[in-house]
Amino acid sequence: MAAAVPQNTIKNYEYTQYFPAEDVKDIVDKVGIVERRFAEEGTCASDLCYHAAEKLIADLNIDKSEIDVLVFVSQTADYRMPATSITLQHRLGLNKSTLAFDVSLGCSGFVYGLSIVYGFMQQQGLRKALLLDGETRSRVYSPKDRKTAFLFGDGGIAAVIDRDEAYGPSWFSLNSDGSKSSLIKMDAGGYRNPSTPETLKEKVVDEYGNIRSDEHGYMNGADVFNFVLAEVPKDIKTTLNFSGKEAGSLDFFVFHQANNYMNEYLQKKLKLDTHKVPSSVAKFGNTSSVSIPLTMVSELKGKLDGEKELFLCGFGVGMSWASAIIKTNNCHISELVEV
Amino acid sequence: MEDKFTDALKEALEMEDQEISFDDNFRDYDTWDSLSRLSLIAVLDSEFDVQIEEAEFSKLVTVRDLYNAVVSKS
Repeated sequence: MAAAVPQNTIKNYEYTQYFPAEDVKDIVDKVGIVERRFAEEGTCASDLCYHAAEKLIADLNIDKSEIDVLVFVSQTADYRMPATSITLQHRLGLNKSTLAFDVSLGCSGFVYGLSIVYGFMQQQGLRKALLLDGETRSRVYSPKDRKTAFLFGDGGIAAVIDRDEAYGPSWFSLNSDGSKSSLIKMDAGGYRNPSTPETLKEKVVDEYGNIRSDEHGYMNGADVFNFVLAEVPKDIKTTLNFSGKEAGSLDFFVFHQANNYMNEYLQKKLKLDTHKVPSSVAKFGNTSSVSIPLTMVSELKGKLDGEKELFLCGFGVGMSWASAIIKTNNCHISELVEV
Repeated sequence: MEDKFTDALKEALEMEDQEISFDDNFRDYDTWDSLSRLSLIAVLDSEFDVQIEEAEFSKLVTVRDLYNAVVSKS
């Protein structure tokens, strides 16, 4: 795996343009996100993935002509059409026989992406797969809405998957609940509520004076936390039962990095060893679908020698949530690329 | 149960040194904000295994309302 993040670093304690410094301190202390990376103008999620992919391909001396599958996970694609994965097929110089498509999912996206790619790779005719996952969530939310202004950051990763008995079986639990689709949402800009000059106007949206437009994302933080507590521990147990494994026998638990408060709570509730639960949220914030693989790259480099079994768990926008138990075998992690 | 509840509420709102009356409007407490709301969610989950969705929560006004909601879901 490899990851690329923008060099441009936002220091959250100094993010006081729109809010009093004292309020900012309280928020940052609570959510535990100290720094985030914001892509410069002109840099898209696909660019971050491109740099991560080129780094990984070079490090492993991969023959690009052997890449038969390219899946790009993102909800911050380059264009509404064509699919960004196909432009990446061209940019990376892959064969025209490459199977390429986008997956529009957020925080559950990487685990879903892995399950999709693993499914394809069970077919003998496919040799190697490139799973790219990138987001520029910094552009999705209003900097004047304190409910989301401190949380999100940008990043892109590349993972190469090939088929080998050394990896053994893996187990996935993939779930959806559309009744909660309004918990994390962007109201306008799609086809249900098309863009108009009105939808682009910033407006005060609540009694606290938070400001955003209809084309900014918003989140009902309390209900998202409620959802996580109601579903995630249950799904983790289901997945462990499905695999017949005990939590204690696994090497690492990599959770979606939403905020430190929630993740510490989950870790305590599930009684997991701290040293088995890597965290990158303080450094990169919530990068949505990228957060699980970015955490693997930034925190597990040098820790994935030999055979390791990882529990991955992503949960969020949709609402969609996914758990997986996968085995890695001498998984190479490239040095983090800064763009 | 009442004592356990007031202890939990005090912990969530960092009001351990203060008195809580069941007639209080909990949103009037100095330490009440969206961040203590998250602490409240965590403590209701850990102590009572209860989640209260925002739609219902927004209708609760007093400490007693909150207590009754927790009891009804326990």
